[in-house]
Amino acid sequence: MSQTNAEPAKSNQPKKRKRWITPKNVPYLFILPAVTFFLIFTVYPVISSLLLSFQKREGSGYVFAGLENYIRLFQDGLFYKALGNTFLILLIQVPIQLFLAVIIAVALNSQLVKMKSFFRIAFFMPAITALVASSIIFMIMLDENYGLINYLLSFVGVEPIAWLSDPFWAKVALMVAITWRWTGYNMVIFLAGLQNIPGSLYEAAEMDGASKLKQFFYITIPQLKPIFLFTFVLSTIGTLQLFDEPYILTEGGPNNSTLTITLYLYQNGFRYFDFGYASAIAYVLVLIIGVLSWAQMKWAGEDK
Amino acid sequence: MKNVSPLKKTLLYFFLFVGVIVSVFPFYWMFVGATNPSGEIFKVPPNFFPGTHGWENFKNLNENVGIIRVMGNSLLITLTFTALAAIICTAAGYAFAKFQFKGRNQIFFMLLVAIMIPYHVTLIPLFEIFSNVGWLNTFQAVILPQAAYPFAIFLMRQNMQAIPDSLLEAARVDGAGEFHIFFRIVLPVMRPALAAVGIFLFMFQWNNFIWPLVVLQSQDMYTLPVALSSLVGMSRIDYGQVMMGTTLSTLPIMIFFLLLQKQFISGILGGSVKE
Repeated sequence: MSQTNAEPAKSNQPKKRKRWITPKNVPYLFILPAVTFFLIFTVYPVISSLLLSFQKREGSGYVFAGLENYIRLFQDGLFYKALGNTFLILLIQVPIQLFLAVIIAVALNSQLVKMKSFFRIAFFMPAITALVASSIIFMIMLDENYGLINYLLSFVGVEPIAWLSDPFWAKVALMVAITWRWTGYNMVIFLAGLQNIPGSLYEAAEMDGASKLKQFFYITIPQLKPIFLFTFVLSTIGTLQLFDEPYILTEGGPNNSTLTITLYLYQNGFRYFDFGYASAIAYVLVLIIGVLSWAQMKWAGEDK
Repeated sequence: MKNVSPLKKTLLYFFLFVGVIVSVFPFYWMFVGATNPSGEIFKVPPNFFPGTHGWENFKNLNENVGIIRVMGNSLLITLTFTALAAIICTAAGYAFAKFQFKGRNQIFFMLLVAIMIPYHVTLIPLFEIFSNVGWLNTFQAVILPQAAYPFAIFLMRQNMQAIPDSLLEAARVDGAGEFHIFFRIVLPVMRPALAAVGIFLFMFQWNNFIWPLVVLQSQDMYTLPVALSSLVGMSRIDYGQVMMGTTLSTLPIMIFFLLLQKQFISGILGGSVKE
């Protein structure tokens, strides 16, 4: 900054004075802070945890242990449980959430609907809450004996459900809380996608006498394909990293029925302080995300 | 527009209003809980209306976890982080968008890869780094690790590409220094993008949980999400206090959201939706 103050530039007759900071070297200055932070807080930790995943604690330090952590991981029933839970949520909750989001987006996009921005704000509201906060609200609403949801269900004759203490219902509860938090978020993305579909496509279909339902399946859905892919990738990455909700709602219980990969990573790292093992879990997670992302992109690429 | 059956219209609105109630009711329930004694929302039938016990809940919550201090911590951490990360990411985004330099594409590619890497991989080495320099249980330990937020750099780069090169060239011909150009010409033009990225970063840190949970170890240093989770972990949970805590974490954001909906939505979605 002192640069500019020191040289009162004459705007009509630029002086060819030597500058220390030139368009050639200045980009390095601009990226310097980012690169420094990135090296210290991302690159180094990513490498360091890879190395740690091949080490185990011995006395006060860590020693090389080869593949021991990974072998242990592949024989660890709890890890498989965490993996299974995470993928179950991925396969059930994500499609439901995206389906709901599309339906709401299409309904909101209808010309019949007034007060669009009111609806948009209301549906988006859950996405501004902290995951910890939304999980707490659901924990309270889903209480078996005194929770609001069981109270309301009692009016339609449903017996109290043990939302948080039954292994099956705990998974359902987790999925309900996640769906509440993320549906509106995805809905807004779909809504933006819908608004980019040319109206002429629908007019032509209308002339050909195609029903609304046909238009939905033959125009709307195919046109939204890139948006589906985008939201699906986002939701996949998010689900694989699921932590806050199970930590608050159920702490992974009952009987580890809501244990997720990151929750298991956290427990091993910061409850048992088994850094080597936790790092191995982290790297399996990286591998899974890498493979899935690659597969999804490939699938999208082939389709073009 | 053709004639549409009123039934269809009614069904459509019914569906949407049910959705709105599902989306918004938990907020109302949180408010009811925050303003009533613990027992009121935990009885059958529950009390459905806001009460007058809010101040009491707030006082108890403050005695219990020092909520005033915790809110101050959250605000200080989040604002410092947002300012720091915004400047770092904007500067980097500008360089990637508007300059040719050696290694540009390679470094940028690494950032893109980093977007895909789950942040949980870095938790343990980060814990070791901060432990080694004696910075566990400090605010800087929460603030620093994500300050070069790869996604924010990516977003700023995308936005910066819209700046015409001729604008920058004209300024250079006029003898303006590079930093002058950045602060006086580029930043003002980029105000909408900065607002969106700022909101994105703010929301990230305000709601950030796993890393502060790991690195903050005493109650006087807790952020809101960590303090809330510690409340839930207590053996006897006072739900009035818990709901007051969630309200205090949510209400400020909600007010900002209602004031600046468009910027907020595009900010939280990280610019994936253009308004």
